[in-house]
Amino acid sequence: MSQPASLPLVESLLDAPLPPSGLAWLDVARQENLEAFATSGLPDTRVEAWKYTALRALGQRRFATRDMAAPAVAVDAASLVLPGVDGPRLVFVNGVFRADLSQLGNMPAGLSLQPLSQALAGDAEPLRFSLSRHYREPGDAFARINAARAQDGVVLRVADHAEIGEPVQLVFVAAAAGLDLAWHARNVIELGQGAGLNLVEHHLASGEPTQLATLVSDIELREGARLQYTVLQNASASTHLIRRTALRLQAQAQATLHVLELGGALVRHDLQAELVGDGAQLHTRGVFMPHGRQHIDTQLAIRHQALNTTSESTWRGVANDRARGVFRGAIVVAPGADGSDASLSNKNLLLSPGAEIDTKPELEIYADEVKAAHGATVGQLDERSLFYLRSRGIPLAEARALLTAAFCRAVLADLPNEALRDHLSTLLVNQLPDT
Amino acid sequence: MLKIENLHARVEGKEILKGLSLTVNAGEVHAIMGPNGAGKSTLGNVLCGREGYEVTRGTVSYNGMDLLTMAPEARAATGVFLAFQYPVEIPGVNNTYFLRAALNAQRKTRGEQELDSMQFLKLVREKLKVMQISDELLHRAVNEGFSGGEKKRNEIFQMAVLEPKLAILDETDSGLDIDALKQVAQGVNTLRSPDRAFLMITHYQRLLDYVVPDFVHVLADGRIVESGDKSLALKLEEHGYAGLAGRQPAGAVA
Repeated sequence: MSQPASLPLVESLLDAPLPPSGLAWLDVARQENLEAFATSGLPDTRVEAWKYTALRALGQRRFATRDMAAPAVAVDAASLVLPGVDGPRLVFVNGVFRADLSQLGNMPAGLSLQPLSQALAGDAEPLRFSLSRHYREPGDAFARINAARAQDGVVLRVADHAEIGEPVQLVFVAAAAGLDLAWHARNVIELGQGAGLNLVEHHLASGEPTQLATLVSDIELREGARLQYTVLQNASASTHLIRRTALRLQAQAQATLHVLELGGALVRHDLQAELVGDGAQLHTRGVFMPHGRQHIDTQLAIRHQALNTTSESTWRGVANDRARGVFRGAIVVAPGADGSDASLSNKNLLLSPGAEIDTKPELEIYADEVKAAHGATVGQLDERSLFYLRSRGIPLAEARALLTAAFCRAVLADLPNEALRDHLSTLLVNQLPDT
Repeated sequence: MLKIENLHARVEGKEILKGLSLTVNAGEVHAIMGPNGAGKSTLGNVLCGREGYEVTRGTVSYNGMDLLTMAPEARAATGVFLAFQYPVEIPGVNNTYFLRAALNAQRKTRGEQELDSMQFLKLVREKLKVMQISDELLHRAVNEGFSGGEKKRNEIFQMAVLEPKLAILDETDSGLDIDALKQVAQGVNTLRSPDRAFLMITHYQRLLDYVVPDFVHVLADGRIVESGDKSLALKLEEHGYAGLAGRQPAGAVA
């Protein structure tokens, strides 16, 4: 099922020894994950989850494990600012925490936010469960190497019933370095009972770096917690970005995600959610817009495990040039999750004959009284709408751009932060082909 | 202004227009009436350049230009407007934004200064007085969730803002209650002017009670089979369309 460990990529990621953490349990977990990675190597396209994303070309490349310059590399601070987002900010450059670019003063009451490197130096016990995890699926190669190699990341906790009004911003900057670099970040986020958090994750580039980055985020919502989570992925054109976001929602918890996938060379996002408590609600919206030779793969997996849980997902894909988009939306309503409501829609537009989008909705229901709907389409712009706009004097190219932007913007419609919504909307429009 | 000669057109391989001829001068209001399937909507769509309508014979000259060779947006910029029988809903595109984009695209093509948002807003306010349309509709997506009457009024409102030279109304009266019909008629009457012509395609003579046409034409089986003044519409109301298709084209070459 896997390619031999002698691939240049695997070799290069195994190259340097693991630095000791000072925590025996953590060193063991890292070592075991590293060994699992060495044994299994990279998944090939026979592994279902990697069917449409071939790693052959990536497997032939080498990336350096450490960037000695990362703590000091210059980054334009203005590029980190997003409209409507002015709360605490944690910034990582090439995977290394940068206090000088972060904003950690005036921390709101009930919010604890620090880099993983600092959290491990203090009381690391609360992180033990998350960081001791072993990844066992055949497709988990990047989660394994992340678990072994991530030295830093975000540790965020919101106390029970605390309401964090200001959006909290997590920024991952890939900065051009003298060498092709691999870096890994690990995030552990927890919202206490009845807590509320507005979170923004931002991936961007400084210069034109060629990198491999992995990011693993574990997000736990305790009873009645509410999370508003916006992800803007605007990585450089030669960054390979592999992310896994695992959400766990306890009873009555609510999470709403808005995900924009704009940048990167090869981008993969495994978005996994478990609705483990009665009445938990998940809303995911996203748009992926690969162009040029980009490859953007989103694997959404939602598991309803408790009574009366709700998930609603709306994803749009727009592929241009010779780009490729992949979307898999798998929903499982497990035995006992009676009264659950699951819906998933993925609509896609192909803007050029060389573009391709592979979409696969999957629905498995093992419970009773379940409402479920899912659908996926791949098509072109509606001819009637195009004619309507043209009949009013709008030239064809402009009419196409207008309709495409509207198609994408649908995923942003319910983002409450208006300034951020407008900004993201502008980024979407800018990503469209010139008119 | 508009001269249609011996127009033949096909839709999906089927001949719908079979030698239609019609002349419309500036300032005139023409009503095109006829039974279902006579080719009324096809005429409107052909004049506006909709894809899928294949002209096989004949010519359409508009202010000296060969209209049939022009792209739909170019026809719009020269002043041709079609009020759709079934206006299209376009989710995600704001009505006001759309209308300003349309007006400015036309102005740009004509070499006129584009309007900034303040100038455009002023124009919209003026036109809102003419067309009783609620402010709220302007902030919604184009036609999305509009009632049938709201969609038709929105068409007339767009016409008021875009100020075309030749306005083609494709069954704008169908499906309207009497109040909406009066509003649409009032909108049209307000826009009547010596340099603007109207082609009103309709199945019923109801609209003609409110917008009095200069000429009435009967379209049957792809041709104009009878032309007259407004009294023709009243005759049709009385006697129906039965038997019209068998008549000889009136003024086969106008």
